[in-house]
Amino acid sequence: MDSMTVWIVIIGMGIGTFLIRFSFLGLMSGRSFPDWAMRLLRYVPVAVMPGLVAPLVVWPAATGGEIDPARMGAAIVALAIGAATRNVLGAIFGGLTTLYLLLWLL
Amino acid sequence: MGNISTANNTPRAWLWRGIRDGLPFTLVIVPFAMLFGVVSTEAGLPLLQTMAMTILVIAGAAQFTAVALLVDNAPIAIIILTALAVNLRMALYSASISTHLGALPVWKKALVAYFLVDQSYAAGVAKFEAEPEAPAASKLAYFFGVVTPIAPLWYGFTLVGAVAGSAIPPEYALDFAVPITFIALIAPMLRTLPHVVTAAVSIIAGLAFVWVPYSMGLMVAAALAMAAGALTEIALERRKGAA
Repeated sequence: MDSMTVWIVIIGMGIGTFLIRFSFLGLMSGRSFPDWAMRLLRYVPVAVMPGLVAPLVVWPAATGGEIDPARMGAAIVALAIGAATRNVLGAIFGGLTTLYLLLWLL
Repeated sequence: MGNISTANNTPRAWLWRGIRDGLPFTLVIVPFAMLFGVVSTEAGLPLLQTMAMTILVIAGAAQFTAVALLVDNAPIAIIILTALAVNLRMALYSASISTHLGALPVWKKALVAYFLVDQSYAAGVAKFEAEPEAPAASKLAYFFGVVTPIAPLWYGFTLVGAVAGSAIPPEYALDFAVPITFIALIAPMLRTLPHVVTAAVSIIAGLAFVWVPYSMGLMVAAALAMAAGALTEIALERRKGAA
């Protein structure tokens, strides 16, 4: 990745993110999205992030794409803690603790 | 109640209430910001670019996404579009908060937009819905109150992470901090069946389409997963309607 690429990404993300945040606030009018759009938008984060993460968990670059029990175990623990407690930080710490524990044990 | 609530409705009083309600979020912001600083530095971004991203974007999940895709050498357009897809939920925040702050001058709304993060939205909308009759100036003061402890700590601890990050050796497996952080962010969202279906389709399709060039597989997976979530929601509503 060269420096210019990173700058373009940063500026593109900065402008795009601001426009998303300003969109309805800027237009005001109190109009809402049509129902079908609301339905799809509700699932955006849950639709994007798991698909992004799954290959990183199953085929981690750090092990050369080999399945790694420590990373897999850490991911499962983070998911379980996050789903059960709704506590983001707890899930991060639980996952990292599991990762280090398994890396040390295995 | 009339007199008391009028006295309490000064923007100054609402600013302090906002600061007080924003303080607990610092427990999340500090480690998350540090983690971004570490991960971004580990990924090879120089300090200036790490800070530029954190200040211009202030959206942790999108920033982690962009760094992960930069490391992947994905094309620029794909990186920006994917990061913006992660931030699309903020259009919903914008729509929702506009019913309270829409009447303000444009420059104030632009400032609100810049600071419209998960935490300021969540705290703001809860307060505004509890006291919808409060003047817009007080609501604005509250919003900036919530942001006051959050934003400077976000910038500052990204810096701390970025400076400390380069000193952290590879055996700490920080490559895996990003996946763990994402999982931790998503897991609490899995609160209904359609959300679980969406996540499951996203994982399966994300793995199945990983061979598609230019990271386009993720866009396909996201589209399929969103459709699956919406269709599950419709199916559940139909069943409820029929019962």
